[in-house]
Amino acid sequence: MQADSLGFIFLNAVLVNNFVLALFLGLCPFLGVSGKLNTALPMGLATMFVMLVSSLCAYGINLVLVNFEIEFLRLIAYIAVIASAVQLVEMVLKKFVPALFRSLGIFLPLITTNCAILGLALFQTFKEYDFLQSLVYAIGAGTGFILAIVLMAGLREKLDLSNVPSVSQGAAMSLMLGGLLSLAFMGFAGMGGH
Amino acid sequence: MTRRREAQLDWNTFSEGIWQENPVFVMLLGLCPILAVTNSSINALAMGLATAFVLIASSLLISMLRNYIPKQVRIATYIVIIATFVTIVDYVIQAISLDLYNALGAFIQLIVVNCVILGRAEAYASKNRPSVAVLNAVGMSIGFALALLSLGTVREIFGNGSLFGYDLFGDGFEPWVVMVLPPGGFFVLGGWLLLFEWFRQRKAEAQGELAAESSKPGA
Repeated sequence: MQADSLGFIFLNAVLVNNFVLALFLGLCPFLGVSGKLNTALPMGLATMFVMLVSSLCAYGINLVLVNFEIEFLRLIAYIAVIASAVQLVEMVLKKFVPALFRSLGIFLPLITTNCAILGLALFQTFKEYDFLQSLVYAIGAGTGFILAIVLMAGLREKLDLSNVPSVSQGAAMSLMLGGLLSLAFMGFAGMGGH
Repeated sequence: MTRRREAQLDWNTFSEGIWQENPVFVMLLGLCPILAVTNSSINALAMGLATAFVLIASSLLISMLRNYIPKQVRIATYIVIIATFVTIVDYVIQAISLDLYNALGAFIQLIVVNCVILGRAEAYASKNRPSVAVLNAVGMSIGFALALLSLGTVREIFGNGSLFGYDLFGDGFEPWVVMVLPPGGFFVLGGWLLLFEWFRQRKAEAQGELAAESSKPGA
């Protein structure tokens, strides 16, 4: 496959350069909301939606910035877009799925400071993806995030039933699990480079 | 100073960020750069300095403006202030060393979304005098940089057999490559957390025994 073909971009974002397990983006929700499967999946979907919206807006904004040669405002503009997209998701969820809105709690507004989203917008700018490529990249990154957080939640639900030493309970154990998952995902590295 | 305030210009304000409330090991904030750029100690040090500049400068500015920022738009204001300083750092690092800039990649710009900085702005700088806020920010920066270095050195020693670029073991050393790869980051941070938790539990046990002994004669 060619390095800029759509299929390659998608697989690359989902498996080879998984945003959470290979690039270390979006670790806060990955460790914070992965306690239960039935909150992890909606969190993943919400993040994916924000990724899509902000990726498309970032693409448009970058065109404008480049046009007027004011690229130094990029960071500020991107952050503003992401914050608005998160606000949108928050309002939609609050209106249509209030139960879910409550169970996600503080982690919903915190999507704004999820580095995976700003990272996505920055990466697609650095890689100079066109519109369709950016779209596929955002879908791939979102899928990769969902995959990682759901796998992690499944592992941690199993772990709740097992007897681990008291020293390793909590964050340390989650990080070790993350390390093992990351090790497993390294197996995909043979599928293609960066 | 005759009047007592909640947060004072003293040792505690400075040191809480280094140990009791270390942003990484105790509060688990800002993990993304902690894991992503610590594959060598040079990168870790550079990231620590860049974050320190942004944290201290934004704490100072936010603290000075704390009475003028409307409450409803405070988070957005903080983010814009932080993003401004990050843009400065981004261009400065690009000017000083292009190699370093390429090694750190997007993670310099991603300082904007580092929860440590926004957390300090919201919890501390917006409520305290500039001098106190800066002192606290300096402490926090040192704590954050120490955490970066404690991961960066361990990963570089095991994964590359060197420290700050200098070879430690000679030719016979077989590098433990996984340490500089992504999984190594998770394992090393997990290891540090295990170590600290073990110390904490031992201390708690020792104190428990002490309390039990001291209560015996009275009983």
